Amino acid sequence: MAYRGGVHKKPNPIATLIGALFVLLFFSFPYLLMVISSLKTREEITKIPPEYFPAAPQFDNYLKVWSSQVDPGNSLLATTVISFGATLLVLLIATPAAYYVARFKFRGRMVFLFLVLITQMLQPTVLAVGLYQEFSQWRGYLVWVALILINGAFNLSFAVWIMQSFFASVPKEIDEAALLDGLTRVQTLFKVSLPLVWPGIVTAIVFVFVNTWNEFAAAFILVQDSSLQPLTVSMPRFLGMYIRDWQLLFTVATVAIVPVVILFALIEKRLIGGLTAGAVK
Amino acid sequence: MSTVVAARRASGWKDTITALPWIAPTLLLIAAVVIYPTILMFQTAFVKYTPQGVERGPAGFANFNGPAGAFTFPTVPWPAIWTNTVVWVVVVVLATLVCSLALAQFLNKDFPGRKLLRLVVILPWACSVVMTTTVFNYGLQADVGVFNRLFVDTGILQAAQGFTKNPATSFWVAVFVAVYVSIPFTTYTILAGLQSVPGDVIEAAHMDGANVIQRYWSIVFPMLRPAIAAAMLINIINVFNSLPILKILNEAPGYHTAHTTTTLIFEYKVKLGPGVASALSIVNFGFCLLIIAIYLAVVKPTKEVQ
Repeated sequence: MAYRGGVHKKPNPIATLIGALFVLLFFSFPYLLMVISSLKTREEITKIPPEYFPAAPQFDNYLKVWSSQVDPGNSLLATTVISFGATLLVLLIATPAAYYVARFKFRGRMVFLFLVLITQMLQPTVLAVGLYQEFSQWRGYLVWVALILINGAFNLSFAVWIMQSFFASVPKEIDEAALLDGLTRVQTLFKVSLPLVWPGIVTAIVFVFVNTWNEFAAAFILVQDSSLQPLTVSMPRFLGMYIRDWQLLFTVATVAIVPVVILFALIEKRLIGGLTAGAVK
Repeated sequence: MSTVVAARRASGWKDTITALPWIAPTLLLIAAVVIYPTILMFQTAFVKYTPQGVERGPAGFANFNGPAGAFTFPTVPWPAIWTNTVVWVVVVVLATLVCSLALAQFLNKDFPGRKLLRLVVILPWACSVVMTTTVFNYGLQADVGVFNRLFVDTGILQAAQGFTKNPATSFWVAVFVAVYVSIPFTTYTILAGLQSVPGDVIEAAHMDGANVIQRYWSIVFPMLRPAIAAAMLINIINVFNSLPILKILNEAPGYHTAHTTTTLIFEYKVKLGPGVASALSIVNFGFCLLIIAIYLAVVKPTKEVQ
């Protein structure tokens, strides 16, 4: 049995309760503030000093925001398209690589895995100027393609690592039986292995999606046209500008975090194995 | 004998060629979007550019140490920036580690609601750092900020402060937010490490009369070392490369004293052009490579797949 803190004795219930409440509050207070603030009126949120809670929650802020100056529609579209694009790209190219390195030894395999690992640890931020030099001429919707490629490349390694560990856990004999039955390698991958490793694939998909959804540095340096900027770039622009409609900003922030929090919660258990390349499971 | 070796070697390369269709797309993407921009960045560092990005011929080392060089441009407070960068990485990474060790220990206990609490802890990790930082920016506004009102109401502050308007305070607010968003990953890594600590060893130590603190430092902590090493090295890179927290929380313009070398790259990019920004990026890139090398050597993440 794994180590569980105490020896035999149950933890003190009152201390545990206080600890649990503290942790609960500490890790949720900015997000509670986000949601509460999104339900205030403009008068309430710009009052000096501010009120803690709205007199009556303004749920229609969530409708009003779309036609306000904040105008998050385009940005939400940009974020969505880029996130789906990067996820699809990673899925298409990481799956065969993960399958092959899990199944076969070949000269250069370790070099390949090291290269993938180094990519995982490098970040768009440190290469931002190089990426700018490479992609600054990609104007219009092409800039979304550039961001799909960038997010795909930098999230690829997590997907390769997590999926290869899942593929490696499927006994080779299952593959071999399928090959004997006359299936090709590609058919074996799709019909036999993939259905068995779906938790690894879901983890990879969610991870890439959430990371791309939240990416800032590359989008910040590449997307000049404000109508094409994803949420992470367009929202902070409103800070310190003429607009003081914080409540509308927070409706967008809330809309932007809810889907990724749900997705992340689904794969919570398997994240570490992929991020530390299995060094810590 | 030698023919056998040669044959084996030949078959080895044949294997590589067979592998290519499966791994080539991954290799291509890494080459195009990681390796190529790295090369471009090194080239750019030695070319003269206008701030708008128009090329003006070779620059030699002028982008590094010329009159408008990355390390010599007047009004850039370099001593403060070096200090900030070191303080930023060291304080954030260590504070994160200490908080996470305690939190992981707590979350590893058996109590009702533990699973739910773990999900709450994940919030700052799942949510965009930009959005989290924006909430802190709002809450700390001197006039409309709710945190400021809370500080005044509880007597912590005499009067509301404009934390984000002043580089000295905004930097430390940024440190807090960076720790806040780094805790979930580190805690989860340590929790994973705790799974490898066997309960019966702890129990044996207990029988032998070791108290809680002795048990932790002599048994649990040493077994957590691989997890701690992995979490810390990954954190060093993440924190060092962090842009949005410092950028959003610091509303002071220009070459102020709350920059790190990472945020300065983006300031240079706008003010002095891509050449100077690349010159500074190369230094940051070198640091990242160093940490990656240490990670590969210490954590040995590839040992399981060999």
